[in-house]
Amino acid sequence: MQLDDLASSSGEWLKGTGPESDIVISSRIRLARNLADFPFMSRTTEADRAEIEKTLHSHVTALQESGKFPRETLYFNVGELEEVDRQFLVERQLISREQAEGEGARAAVIDPSERFSVMINEEDHLRFQVMHSGLDLGSTWQQINELDDLIEEQATYAFSNKLGYLTACPTNVGTGVRVSVMLHLPALVITRQIEKVFKSLQKINLAVRGLYGEGSQAMGDFYQISNQITLGLTEEELTKKVADVVPVLIDYERQAREFLVRESHDTLHDRVSRAYGILRTAQTISSEETMHLLSSVRMGINLGLISELEIPTINKLFIHTQPAHLQKLSGVELDKSDRDVERATYLRRNLNSNKPGDPTQN
Amino acid sequence: MQCQRCERDATFHITDLVDGKPNELHLCEQCAQTFLSPSDEEAAEVMPAMAGLLAQHLAVGETADQLARLDQRACPICSITFLEFRKQGRLGCPHDYVFFAEELEPLLLNIHDQTHHIGKVPKRCSQGADQQTQLIRLRREMKEAIATENYEQASQLRDEIHGIEDQSQTTDSQTTDSQTKGEA
Repeated sequence: MQLDDLASSSGEWLKGTGPESDIVISSRIRLARNLADFPFMSRTTEADRAEIEKTLHSHVTALQESGKFPRETLYFNVGELEEVDRQFLVERQLISREQAEGEGARAAVIDPSERFSVMINEEDHLRFQVMHSGLDLGSTWQQINELDDLIEEQATYAFSNKLGYLTACPTNVGTGVRVSVMLHLPALVITRQIEKVFKSLQKINLAVRGLYGEGSQAMGDFYQISNQITLGLTEEELTKKVADVVPVLIDYERQAREFLVRESHDTLHDRVSRAYGILRTAQTISSEETMHLLSSVRMGINLGLISELEIPTINKLFIHTQPAHLQKLSGVELDKSDRDVERATYLRRNLNSNKPGDPTQN
Repeated sequence: MQCQRCERDATFHITDLVDGKPNELHLCEQCAQTFLSPSDEEAAEVMPAMAGLLAQHLAVGETADQLARLDQRACPICSITFLEFRKQGRLGCPHDYVFFAEELEPLLLNIHDQTHHIGKVPKRCSQGADQQTQLIRLRREMKEAIATENYEQASQLRDEIHGIEDQSQTTDSQTTDSQTKGEA
């Protein structure tokens, strides 16, 4: 399996399964770790970075050979990838923007199921994540904890008894854990409740970000809720902090949806139908407009206003219509205006077919 | 860069955390002193927790000078100064947490409201921490020796590095061996 095969497949978090998957897209936990015998990234030389990459690569190989990592685990030297491929991995949430745009030796390790991925030489030497569909933080933590143990059999982490795992930025020190849940909250956006929700989350030290993390806009009404604190609480407590608030948010979103259905059913139905109509007929369409319209359609499916589509189809379209995905799927490099045409074609093909995803129908 | 409060040059770069969000302040010495001085009413009004805590450690009047000195101290392992850390927001090596412990404490309190880790501990003992720190320093010194064409020193440093690496590998394999035996 290679990077091109990932493009046409649909990763774990696109599956649209798991508890509360009408609102919760994915549960993700990330750990930040550093090797004890190297400086942090900002003070590394080119040679240090190459050495760190080589060391961690050998650990991954050793884990594969002993059968602890799947044999088909993918290993990419991110610096050697084409720009479109790096962008593709960012869109797929397998590497960060920071790593894609970084310098020097850096790598990505990807489990073919996409449930598990590792970034080598990002902000820290090692950042790895486990991502599950739906609301599933308990087993996500369990899996990443086991993976951490496996890597630790090979690597000596920078750790202090007082401060825990030492990270390049003091905001991650201690557990190095970032627990995040991606939610689809269109009704809270329409009813203008979202700001109020964010303010109350900030009060309990939880951060809210858009689809692609720090600084990204909340495209398609997707929001990531995550812990801000990493020190002074156990990993289980931090996981619980996020896990406890998610049902409340789900409840708010459901109430807002019920309110919309009750108070403005016709307007809502019209909004959803128009969105679906544009997506099925447009000849050229931007990524932003696509995300915005798909969000309405996704909510429409959940509310029974559109019956012929399924959530996994829509989840897949959110990602497959991103710039790099479109280019990977069509096999050619496209500039912005060509991408907008290709995106519209891709949407028409997938939304007008009785069998979603059948490429023979146009 | 010009001071954000007057016409003079900004020589102080303060990262102030408001509700956990970093806010960059660029001030001249006089304005920095005013900003950090707890006796000043205006400063008290806007005083951020971090600067406030720092100011408490320092005698009024000496604040700016002391702060400047504090900022110039360089970590003996990775040579980063606290001023550089303030600017880029990233530390240079694990030893910085020891070397800048005093400066980092108020910052950690501000971010996490805590200063002690109570979570997971690596199974592998971290007794080698000093050795690992040594390695970072020796590699840097070797690089500097090569850069200044001091090859004799560089080769001594290389031998020293190899010595520590071999030693730690022996310890690792012993640890792994004993773990395996234990499991069996």
